[in-house]
Amino acid sequence: MIPGSFDYHRPESVDAAVSLLASLGDEARVVAGGHSLIPMMKLRMAVPEHLVDLQDIADLKGISIDDGTITIGAMTTQAELIASEELAATCPIIRETSLLIADPQVRNVGTIGGNVANGDPGNDMPALMQAMNAAYIVQNSAGRREVAAREFYEAAFFTALEDGEILTAVQFAVPASGHGHAYEKQKRKIGDYATAAAAVLLTMNGGTCATASIALTNVANTPLYAEDASAAIIGTSLDSAALDAAVAAAKAITDPAEDGRGPVEFRTHVAGVMVRRAIEKAAARAS
Amino acid sequence: MNDQATPSAAERAEKLQGLGCSRKRVEDARFTQGKGNYIDDMKLPGMLFGDFVRSSYGHARITSINKDAALALPGVIAVLTAEDLKPLNLHYMPTLAGDVQAVLADEKVLFQNQEIAFVIAEDRYIAADAVELVEVDYEELPALVDAFKAMDADAPVLREDLEGKTEGAHGPRNHHNHIFYWEEGDKEGTEKAIAEADVVAEELITYPRCHPSPIETCGCVASMDKVSGKLTIWGTFQAPHAVRTVASLITNIAEHNIRIVSPDIGGGFGNKVGVYPGYICAAVASIVTGVPVKWIEDKIENLTATAFARDYHMTGRIAATKDGKITALDCHVIADHGAFDACADPTKFPAGFFSICTGSYDIPVAHCGVDGVYTNKAPGGVAYRCSFRVTEAAYMIERMIDVLARKLDVDPAELRSKNLIRKEQFPYTSALGWEYDSGDYQTAMDKALAAVDYKALRAEQAANRQAFTNGETRSLMGVGVAFFTEIVGAGPVKNCDILGLGMFDSCEIRIHPTGSAVARLGTISQGQGHATTFAQILATEIGLPAEDITVEEGDTDTAPYGLGTYGSRSTPVAGAAAAMAGRKIRAKAQMIAAYLLEVHDNDLEWDIDRFQVKGNPEQFKTMKELAFAAYNQAVPGIEPGLEAVSYYDPPNMTYPYGAYICVIDVDVDTGVVDVRRFYALDDCGTRINPMIIEGQVHGGLTEALAIAMGQEISYDKLGNVKGGSLMDYYLPTAVETPVWETDHTEVPSPHHPIGAKGVGESPNVGGVPAFSNAVNDAFAHLGLTHTQMPHDHWRVWKTAQSLGITG
Amino acid sequence: MSKIDVKMTVNGTEVEKAADPRTLLIHFLREELDITGPHIGCDTSHCGACTVDLDGKSVKSCTMFVGQANGAEVTTIEGISGDDGSLHVLQDAFREHHGLQCGFCTPGMITRAYRLLQENPDPTDEEIRFGIAGNLCRCTGYQNIVKAIRVAAQQLNSAQEAAE
Repeated sequence: MIPGSFDYHRPESVDAAVSLLASLGDEARVVAGGHSLIPMMKLRMAVPEHLVDLQDIADLKGISIDDGTITIGAMTTQAELIASEELAATCPIIRETSLLIADPQVRNVGTIGGNVANGDPGNDMPALMQAMNAAYIVQNSAGRREVAAREFYEAAFFTALEDGEILTAVQFAVPASGHGHAYEKQKRKIGDYATAAAAVLLTMNGGTCATASIALTNVANTPLYAEDASAAIIGTSLDSAALDAAVAAAKAITDPAEDGRGPVEFRTHVAGVMVRRAIEKAAARAS
Repeated sequence: MNDQATPSAAERAEKLQGLGCSRKRVEDARFTQGKGNYIDDMKLPGMLFGDFVRSSYGHARITSINKDAALALPGVIAVLTAEDLKPLNLHYMPTLAGDVQAVLADEKVLFQNQEIAFVIAEDRYIAADAVELVEVDYEELPALVDAFKAMDADAPVLREDLEGKTEGAHGPRNHHNHIFYWEEGDKEGTEKAIAEADVVAEELITYPRCHPSPIETCGCVASMDKVSGKLTIWGTFQAPHAVRTVASLITNIAEHNIRIVSPDIGGGFGNKVGVYPGYICAAVASIVTGVPVKWIEDKIENLTATAFARDYHMTGRIAATKDGKITALDCHVIADHGAFDACADPTKFPAGFFSICTGSYDIPVAHCGVDGVYTNKAPGGVAYRCSFRVTEAAYMIERMIDVLARKLDVDPAELRSKNLIRKEQFPYTSALGWEYDSGDYQTAMDKALAAVDYKALRAEQAANRQAFTNGETRSLMGVGVAFFTEIVGAGPVKNCDILGLGMFDSCEIRIHPTGSAVARLGTISQGQGHATTFAQILATEIGLPAEDITVEEGDTDTAPYGLGTYGSRSTPVAGAAAAMAGRKIRAKAQMIAAYLLEVHDNDLEWDIDRFQVKGNPEQFKTMKELAFAAYNQAVPGIEPGLEAVSYYDPPNMTYPYGAYICVIDVDVDTGVVDVRRFYALDDCGTRINPMIIEGQVHGGLTEALAIAMGQEISYDKLGNVKGGSLMDYYLPTAVETPVWETDHTEVPSPHHPIGAKGVGESPNVGGVPAFSNAVNDAFAHLGLTHTQMPHDHWRVWKTAQSLGITG
Repeated sequence: MSKIDVKMTVNGTEVEKAADPRTLLIHFLREELDITGPHIGCDTSHCGACTVDLDGKSVKSCTMFVGQANGAEVTTIEGISGDDGSLHVLQDAFREHHGLQCGFCTPGMITRAYRLLQENPDPTDEEIRFGIAGNLCRCTGYQNIVKAIRVAAQQLNSAQEAAE
């Protein structure tokens, strides 16, 4: 219940933050909304000696749509994502997913950066970002780079972030107008991580699926971009054979942990059900 | 003669806000403004904070404990281990079940998170740091977590402190991990009836280990006043007087030098009945340091080390004629008690009132036997609105009725109706020896079935099953029926005692000259609203407005002795004491009135708030007037003042009952169960405050939902506890909780002064079987006889899979 | 570890103290400021008993360090009543409709409901339940809490209409 001791820092710019991280080294962690890190600190599973609070950095906030690209600052909260009418109009899967994360209090404080950057396989945004083929903008004192969301996750709590790097924004192309979307998440109760969840984005060309992008949450030690499952429905009429193939392909790449949510067999099965239902819902929403 | 216009009887009764009205609660003023007074709100000058070092293992020897680094931390005052408590003979404490429990682990640990050392520091942050610095070395031992293996010949020895003890507190022990065997009923007669029966159904019904998990955890502040020699302990105590007596016996501090105070308690549900190591360690720490010491556990500690509930493996056998008349019931239970038997049961009942397991049914012969065993799990067992194992008993019989119904291929409601105890049979003595006080079961059953249009539900279900077979839907409908009878109001002193303290209860009331009053009882509310409801009982008895009657509980220096609040005993026992004390007040007031009105006592009659002369009602004295007179008049033969005390020894337990019906829809592909409808009809006898009764039912049903659908504290084979935090332990939010429909009938208890039976635990007792029966019912047509709780997604799906319908 | 200077407004009063940075906001409120309305009910950020209103948002104060609340405006249950001590419509409604029993979750619950009704002044029952899903209760089964919030919303909306 009581965290260990640390020194607290609150820089006012990205440069100041990365410079601090460079000088403080390994024992420093950034805190965004804190609702992943602080619970771990209270259980003393994380014991940083320095905490760098990002909340005063204006450059990390904001949602902008420019020239077909959406850029969301890392410190944008889930509540802000939900409230954005611009995002709801152009990319409704974000609001749908955010509303399925945690509870109202946590959404007021939890950020998209926190949700995608720490490598917790239970978080929902990573799979979403992979489905959208998002890029993460990361920065340290040496400079700035982009990492594809689909290449960012290595293992539970291990990501492509290098020493002293912080994620400053996520960026992705505005989905095609008329696209279908769905985030299907099975969970034991509000506030629980997914037993399994699937993000689906697709476009239809008449009765045929023209593009598709499927990703899975919490059924492996990283989010899973289901490339084969996506391919299995492209060019089809989304008939039951196509859906069956997509489900089989998705289940083939899962490797869920057995826990209170159920045994491996069950969670894999649910992943398949979520994929099927997400595809059906996305197709119904596509125009 | 009074010259004010006399308000009507209705107006006068309304002003009293007495029995039967939905009086708004007096407690709410402070709670809605954040002015509650809970234990962690307490701050005393110089107060220190205690925190535990807890075992990493489920079963291990402690080879060394190194306190050096912890003691070196600035702000750390002391680190206590069993070695420090041994000279005081406090390293073990007696449990409520006649066993002993380690206060601090003595050379070995027996369950994960068991208390090993108690750190005392200047504040809770330093204490937490110090806990991390205590080094404990262990030699791991094989863990025993399967109750069915506890009595195997090669089962590990858990309780080395009981070596050689072949006699336990409840009779002979057959094995080093055996605690007791307890039985009731006619074993021979039951076996014979089963052997001769047309139909016998047998099933292993397991009620998994769960935990009451009130939002507030357990805690205390202990303060030894070295000058006066008085030890005061404020804390989360559902039975403050019992704690005082036990504290005196184990510390050798005279009982008048101990004061126990229960402040506002944030939910008890049986979790706060027993004595925990934290209380003893805080008291010792205060005695040693001379300053107050606070101990508050966190939620993980609460879930994994304090009194769990249930963990009963019940093999039921039920015999019937081919026409569905039940002829016998037998049940054998393996009761998993964890590492110490700390069950909060009355002394003579090591399996509580499990023998209520013939339930609402007229069963001619029955037998039950319970073997209690030790395992490497946390101690406890009796908690969570269970009324002493009544939840277990009701679950078993309600499931067995459904299992029998399947076997006979009859409707479960019909089978129940056929076997319900009939109205004419009350008072009814069950085959296991309980005398049920009153009931009209068939009326309740009929009302419930009509309210939900049961026939239409079954017709809808038939159509749904056909549609499912045709591939038109992947949803299966289930209807669960439960008709429970429970036994509460412990209890008659001749057979109910807690550590030798008879389970009477008490009420003391003192009327002030200006007509308001203070009443104190031996019970203690943890949300049940006693300050509101006991004032209502008294208001009706003595004719003073409830708002003019302050009700106090929980301070052993002022409250009359009582056995506390759990097992729905407050209304049946303390409520009765309140009524009786009220009647004593009224009896004295009658004599004063007779004197003032210059008539004989018998010439007076009581009318709501006054005594009036029979046949001459303009001649009256209100209770308010009589109160002043008691202080003002010299009435011959009568002492001044107006107060009374009643210690009430109930002649019997009370037997609330109910008919609950649950409708669910199961998504076969995900295992998700949607509760479409839940109807609960309760009969708790006289209804003191309908609003509060409804609230109790809502809360109990929500606990039942949680238990049936997702709660489980389990252990892996290494003894690691799983589900021990709110990350996994299922507490439903407002989203998962359905809307509850409540209804009632009202058959008073004939032996209770106001006919009230108590209701707090009924919804948990009846709710769990209703949910579980519904889930089982959803699959019954496919051949399912029984599937174990909790009915969480994966288990429901596995059931579907085993029946070949998951596709 | 160096202490940090913390300045914030709590229930309308400016507060300035030096604090250990690892102090959780809930402990700062309860232990340093003696504001014991918000409670601690768990250790994994689930129960919501610690809910406060921070810069116009419902927040779990057990999952925030005191430094993160530097410069913030915090309202707890103690600040929900009127300045003249009169009860908020929600506090009245909770009592009127039996929306509490043991009272332990109540400060967090009412503080959350207070903000919920500002976010959504006319919520359906479903929206109320979703809106309070971050606040656990073991006593009431939520039904009367939902009723109390619904009634309070109606009363606040009528008062608003009357004022307009």
